[in-house]
Amino acid sequence: MIQKLDYLKETPSQTAGPYVHIGLAPGAAGFDIYEKELGWDIAGPNANGERIRIEGVVIDGTGSPIKDVMLEAWQANSEGHYAHPEEGGTVEDGFKGWGRVITDFETGEWAFDTIKPGRTRGRDVGQQAPHINLWIVARGINVGLNTRLYFDDETEANAVDPVLNLIEWETRRSTLLAKRNDRDGHVVYRFDIKLQGHNETVFFDI
Amino acid sequence: MTKNGEFYQRDRTWHPPAVTPDYKTSVTRSPQYSLISLQNSVSEVTGPVFGHNDIHALDNDLIHNYAQAGDAAIGERIILHGRVLDENHRPIPNTLVEVWQANAGGRYRHKKDTYLAPIDPNFGGCGRTLTDESGYYFFRTIKPGAYPWRNWVNNWRPAHIHVSIFGTAFAQRLITQCYFEGDPLIDKCPIVHTIPDAQARAQLVAALDMNASVPLDSIAYKFDIVLRGRRSTLFENRLEGN
Repeated sequence: MIQKLDYLKETPSQTAGPYVHIGLAPGAAGFDIYEKELGWDIAGPNANGERIRIEGVVIDGTGSPIKDVMLEAWQANSEGHYAHPEEGGTVEDGFKGWGRVITDFETGEWAFDTIKPGRTRGRDVGQQAPHINLWIVARGINVGLNTRLYFDDETEANAVDPVLNLIEWETRRSTLLAKRNDRDGHVVYRFDIKLQGHNETVFFDI
Repeated sequence: MTKNGEFYQRDRTWHPPAVTPDYKTSVTRSPQYSLISLQNSVSEVTGPVFGHNDIHALDNDLIHNYAQAGDAAIGERIILHGRVLDENHRPIPNTLVEVWQANAGGRYRHKKDTYLAPIDPNFGGCGRTLTDESGYYFFRTIKPGAYPWRNWVNNWRPAHIHVSIFGTAFAQRLITQCYFEGDPLIDKCPIVHTIPDAQARAQLVAALDMNASVPLDSIAYKFDIVLRGRRSTLFENRLEGN
């Protein structure tokens, strides 16, 4: 006999289902209940850096936009610091770095306003390219999907990013690049997520 | 000196796989390529922090948080309580737990739910709370009803409460569903059975907890939640910086 390892098992995941908005974005489900819904203001009014909008759709294996998705974003501020005690750096007052958006019930479009993150420190040495960590849940998704949004105008930083370089199929790296546009003087990045099939977005086991 | 390191890797044989054809929606919403494994960086070991300013003290009372003054939701009054722990048995204090559910008749307050069971005017169906310093949380609510869904011709979800938990890092983020002891629908549900392992499925079934029930008021169910544990690193690889 050997000693027993005394670890607990992680609670298994289940789909968020079609009515995820009731719990996590009740205003979108059609009723007002909380004084303050969480996740609608990622950067706050005091954050330095470039104000940007990010928008896209999540597409299923048939090519159709999914209309009941919830995405959460987690990002650093423009100096590359996360709003978390373990990070070591400081962030602007009111900068949360976390946001939550849902897709439009009719079109499947989602969007959030934030600031462009700075480079964050790498795992061992060096720095990571600016990126936003995304977590995607929906009906039909059994375990939330993790991906990263990078910026297509950060060519130099992207070229040395340790995570992008981990993807051995170079053609797949471009699925993580949001495309910069200017619309009426505002910076908008387009980031469509393809769950399955041709040009499938890279998802991570983090 | 030890330092907090990476989170234990997720046991992807314990969690449901992405493609589970008996749960039909998963067929077109599951990646075909493998996930790319990523060792944790600062991006994964950090996550949002919430405080008591973010929520209202009564957000965890679903019997009253959407009811008219002096009124209450209709249904079996229950307390759902438990602890949020990590795989090392350590409590996770001050973490946000959010729940949502149907009413006693199985009807969701959602514009997309058209099930013929009526809305309860005094029941919203969502709540949230922060765990205390021992990782403990509780909700007061009514027990949700089963409801039909379009999967097979005659599928009914067991009574369940959706649960969303943050933990201390984005790597621990989890959404799951809590079922209730003794419900015969649990074993017939294709969503429950997306989880291949019977012990893993059992981990989602809250136990009837008479000790926590309030006599002449509410019956209780206990639902502990386990998030990923974390390694202590004895050695650091960093040669420079940080």
